Amino acid sequence: MILSDDEKMMLDGVAGPAVAAAMDLLVRYGEALDCAHLCDVRNVAGTMTQPSPIKAKLVAQGGWDKAYAVINLDCDDDIEIPDMRVPTCQLQQGFGPDAEGVVPYPRGRIELQNDAEAFYGRRGVSILATCTPYQVGNIPVRGEHCAWMESSAVVYANSVLGARTNCEGTASTGAASLTGKIPCWGNHLTENRYGTHLVDVRVGVDDFLDWGMLGYFIGEIVQEQRPVVVGGIGQPEPIDLKHFGAAAASSGGVELYHIPGITPEAPTVAAAFGGVEPPDAIHYGPRERRATYEDLNSQGSTSDVDFVLLGCPHASIDQIWRAARALDGRRLSSGTQLWIMAPRALKTIADRSGYTEIIERAGGRILADSCPAMSQVVPVGTRVFATDSAKQAHYLPAFLGIEAWFGSLEDCVDAAVTGSWTGGLR
Amino acid sequence: MTAVGATTVLRGRKIVPGVTEGEALVSHETISGWGGIDPARGVIIERRHELCGVSFAGRILVFPGAKGSSGWSGFFQSTRLNGTAPLAMVFTSLTTKVALGAVVTRVPSVLLPAEPSEVDPLVVIRTGDRVLVDADNGVVTVTHAAH
Repeated sequence: MILSDDEKMMLDGVAGPAVAAAMDLLVRYGEALDCAHLCDVRNVAGTMTQPSPIKAKLVAQGGWDKAYAVINLDCDDDIEIPDMRVPTCQLQQGFGPDAEGVVPYPRGRIELQNDAEAFYGRRGVSILATCTPYQVGNIPVRGEHCAWMESSAVVYANSVLGARTNCEGTASTGAASLTGKIPCWGNHLTENRYGTHLVDVRVGVDDFLDWGMLGYFIGEIVQEQRPVVVGGIGQPEPIDLKHFGAAAASSGGVELYHIPGITPEAPTVAAAFGGVEPPDAIHYGPRERRATYEDLNSQGSTSDVDFVLLGCPHASIDQIWRAARALDGRRLSSGTQLWIMAPRALKTIADRSGYTEIIERAGGRILADSCPAMSQVVPVGTRVFATDSAKQAHYLPAFLGIEAWFGSLEDCVDAAVTGSWTGGLR
Repeated sequence: MTAVGATTVLRGRKIVPGVTEGEALVSHETISGWGGIDPARGVIIERRHELCGVSFAGRILVFPGAKGSSGWSGFFQSTRLNGTAPLAMVFTSLTTKVALGAVVTRVPSVLLPAEPSEVDPLVVIRTGDRVLVDADNGVVTVTHAAH
């Protein structure tokens, strides 16, 4: 790798041992990628506070300095962790104290995380505690180099915002926070941002459910490549693209897509492909839509629903309001729980706006910071769950061995109220 | 079919330095970290995966690459901390997930060409083969076992 003077100084320890360890990790990682340079970043989204058995052990050995050194810098030395060099936020994590009594989650983990928040907050890590930092004020500008992890946030930053980030990991974001550097590879380079596949949509895609299914279909086909989506799509809302990207990053590994006329780097189809002739189109019509719906519902066979999960990726304030309206004046079935996952900042707004009260009066809960997949926890005794999220329908059955139903917000709320799944494709 | 005891030499690029020798575990499908492996046991747990229930601990993991969540590297780092890591990694598709994952697992790792002129590593190397991974020189030497 070719390092600049300031990077060499950091590697040589001029800024202290933790920064030197961070630069050492970035050099090892950059060389693994066969990458020539690092680029400057001033926006890092990573994870430090999420509790785990390994972290508990490391903290017992040497405090959070030790945990950060080993897990976030891949360094075995006893070093002190200084303030973050560039703006850094904590993504989704474990559940907090307010989830106690609702979520069957160990108190020890809540306490460990509280301790972590105090340590990292003191060093300049903003505890956004959400998989959607872009919903609570972290909105990089177009062309800005970032170091983000969380696949659904990475695809949103690249595609909807036109920022540039690879799908980073715990150690690379930990090193980026202390140096303001990340390998200039992959999505950071213009030539790697053009479309590779053309998807022609031949069925109306104009609501949250359909955007999720379209994303799930596309991810399965293009895997890590870059789809360009044209055809029968309506004007998406931010939540539609949030769902679309998360689904495409779950069934495949999509980190960047273009929708000509809508996403910023694709004013036209030609621009999306960088002037190269587009490939033959992949078609998404009524048959593919039906097959995708059936695929997402292939993990459900029992119609009794114990648990309804909304808010993956974390709900917008508008999604919380829509759920509140659907629940207003109704009451959950006695055997069914309904959780809505949201960023804590938006839960505060929901509390203030009275949405939380409507949802709680019906028997539902808004929960912040985490989600069932992240914390691997659902209500005790859950055998069958329903969700409006293609990503959760994809992951939760594998994690927790439960059945899944996928459908619209309205179908999910009906299931929570009646205790049984009657959803379908309309 | 390659004769028992015959060797095949594959050349690629160093991802993480080091030299080691062991028994190959070959996955033809990409591997998930988060939701795909149990780092406490070093076992693949993805239900629909061809190696579901199989342990990679102490074996040379030969696979196409990483898929899924950005937690990939963190999960493989945990296998190192738990003593359940593979002995080495040999893969054919380079992404940030697998590159960082190999680095923090700290095992000799080699990237082999996915579409070489003559041989596909995922066909040539078979589970149970003896494999010498010389990551420093980007060379993987396979001694074929009886299958």
